[in-house]
Amino acid sequence: MKGTKRSNATDWVDHVRRIRDRQDQQAFRELFEHFAPRVKGFVMRGGTDAAFAEECAQDVMATLWRKAHLFDPSRASVSTWVFTIARNRKIDLIRKQRRPEPEDLTWGPEAEPDQADVLGLQQETEELGRAIAALPEKQRNLIEKAYFGDLSHSEIAEQTGLPLGTIKSRIRLALDRLRHAMK
Amino acid sequence: MTIKHHLTEQLLMGYAAGTLPEAFNLVVASHLSMCDDCRATLAAYEEIGGALLEEAGVAMSTGGLDSALARLDTRAPEPVRPAAPGALPAPLRSYVGGDVDAIRWRSVGGGVKQAILPTSESASARLLFIPAGAAVPDHGHRGMELTLVLQGAFADETDRFVRGDVEVADQDLEHMPVADIGADCICLAATDAPLRFTSLIPRLLQPFLKI
Repeated sequence: MKGTKRSNATDWVDHVRRIRDRQDQQAFRELFEHFAPRVKGFVMRGGTDAAFAEECAQDVMATLWRKAHLFDPSRASVSTWVFTIARNRKIDLIRKQRRPEPEDLTWGPEAEPDQADVLGLQQETEELGRAIAALPEKQRNLIEKAYFGDLSHSEIAEQTGLPLGTIKSRIRLALDRLRHAMK
Repeated sequence: MTIKHHLTEQLLMGYAAGTLPEAFNLVVASHLSMCDDCRATLAAYEEIGGALLEEAGVAMSTGGLDSALARLDTRAPEPVRPAAPGALPAPLRSYVGGDVDAIRWRSVGGGVKQAILPTSESASARLLFIPAGAAVPDHGHRGMELTLVLQGAFADETDRFVRGDVEVADQDLEHMPVADIGADCICLAATDAPLRFTSLIPRLLQPFLKI
């Protein structure tokens, strides 16, 4: 699927909101068409057959629908959220392990993150996407193996020089605001 | 209370990529529930996974979308209840089946107790109870040991560790953790290789303690 136009991260945020607020099936269709093949490809990198990977992708997308209210766009892009759901499912099914996750933090039904925070983070993540695409082939392969294959974490210890600092401080700030709102 | 001892970048990256054994994931998830600094670092590493996901895909078979649509649940989602405050963070509580009073301790001598948690076999996780002022016998490590403080505090040759702090020990560290005199200390510890005890008695007991 190389060469297709990069999707717009902020637009996907809006799609998830439409699912959360109106159970919008059209928004789901578009998310599915974009992300399901990507999840399938990700799962197949773990060495599974296409039918199994497709089943996983269905499952991941159903989780996205069911958990739309838990997504916080001031702390993650939609691609990342989908990645985390897919990763956890892969560990469950392929490695047959439970996947302990940190306590859920949500804005709850009323409060919303600041729109400026959301925009800031989404732009930052698009920039990271461009930085990863621009990495030398060798370095990108290593990261891909670490995240999509089965390379152990000790082998990816070397930092890649990716611009994670600003993303990290943005998310830290978003967490502070969330903690304040949860009080 | 400020957390001073954090997870390493390596562990956070491994957790983001999903390559750690379950026992380590449990320590990481428990620390993340208490430490927003590490939560933010993790989220940044997860963004790498998200960006990679954007890169490529494998076409779904026809009819995939329709069967997904047919399976969607249209009931209202369950509201999220914030975890009740307690000594154990949420991910740990689901392994114990409750908070501290639900832990099934087994004595390992010297007032020290442990409860082995059910995880996959590539690493082991246990809760440790060290009475105020007591010491865990001097030991070294064959692999990596992560120790997260949940209650009280302990000190060893390197520093003092309080609730939320995590000590990352490797082959180079030989230490004797001693619990603070003020309160009994409860820790979550994970190891991917057996410990190396320096004195004879714990070494003889080791096979029975599974440590």
